[in-house]
Amino acid sequence: MHELSIAMSIVEMAQEEAESRGGVQVQAVHLRLGLLSGVVKEALLSSYEMACHATPLEGSQLLIEEIPIEVFCPKCETPRLVSSIQWMRCPDCGTPTPTVLRGKELEVVALEIRDSMAVDLGVTE
Amino acid sequence: MSGGMSAEPRPEARLVEVRKNVLKQNDVLARALRERFHEAGVLVVSLVSSPGSGKTAFLEKTLTLLHSRYKVAALVGDLATENDAARLARSQAPVKQIITGTVCHLEAAMVRDALADWDLRQLDFLFIENVGNLVCPSSYDLGEDLRFVLLSVTEGEDKPLKYPTIFNSADVAIITKADLAAAVEFDEAAVIRNIHAVRPGMEILKLSAKTGEGMAELLQFLESRRTHVRSAAAVNR
Repeated sequence: MHELSIAMSIVEMAQEEAESRGGVQVQAVHLRLGLLSGVVKEALLSSYEMACHATPLEGSQLLIEEIPIEVFCPKCETPRLVSSIQWMRCPDCGTPTPTVLRGKELEVVALEIRDSMAVDLGVTE
Repeated sequence: MSGGMSAEPRPEARLVEVRKNVLKQNDVLARALRERFHEAGVLVVSLVSSPGSGKTAFLEKTLTLLHSRYKVAALVGDLATENDAARLARSQAPVKQIITGTVCHLEAAMVRDALADWDLRQLDFLFIENVGNLVCPSSYDLGEDLRFVLLSVTEGEDKPLKYPTIFNSADVAIITKADLAAAVEFDEAAVIRNIHAVRPGMEILKLSAKTGEGMAELLQFLESRRTHVRSAAAVNR
């Protein structure tokens, strides 16, 4: 179970990013997670909560966008989405498709931030 | 906690784009390692499998067979104990244990640190045995040329379907403990079908470290891959 160390990296990245923007408060982290990334969404979500504990990100949310597996079909000569991780074949013609184009992502794409001014004024969530 | 991607940020929040790979640090280190390996002309093979599928026996046999003709070495990852390194030292090859503590996989930084005092130019083959785990190692590039996933005949034929990500991240599947195949009524056709379902066209080798069956084919495969690495290194020099 490596989701905790990955969650800690995400928290660290978000914290660095927030500091570089003058200590803004992070409300949510948007993450792209490929189905072939080797990371389990549910485990990552609960690990994230733990990783945020006692950091400036405590109480923030992790919003995950799951990325399907896209392969290149050599016969159709076009990208296709596979229907199952256990069946890496073109959904249309059934040709085996070893070339993965998308689905390995593990990427922080955006942060939802609130400027520290709002925090100072005591704006509640 | 919501798992979905919300289109709009909360009223008082604003959205800033970041776009950063979470494993970037590991990927950068792995790329640097791969360049070092290629410059040195050493073929680097990593091994992943579940605990007990015969990684260490496979490695001991491979090191012993290669040792007479090549300079070989191994790094072995384990949560605790140096037992594997002690076992592998019998092959006469230099072996270093990486104790990962609570970490369930090897990372590129651990490999880099373990190699700090080794001269890679002196090596023909380097093996990196990962921690026995079919889940976590799949996410971490170690800079290896080839990743072998080992599966023993005593494990279920559907293991590739249960752990598709690691099979998909590997380059070669090695079926181990072939000497036990008949006793456990191993269905070879089913395993091959399942491997190719999750990783079409994947190279598959079947062998037994105990009887030596299939080891000649393995050595031949390793030697031919090393020739590729060597000629690539010569071109770059």
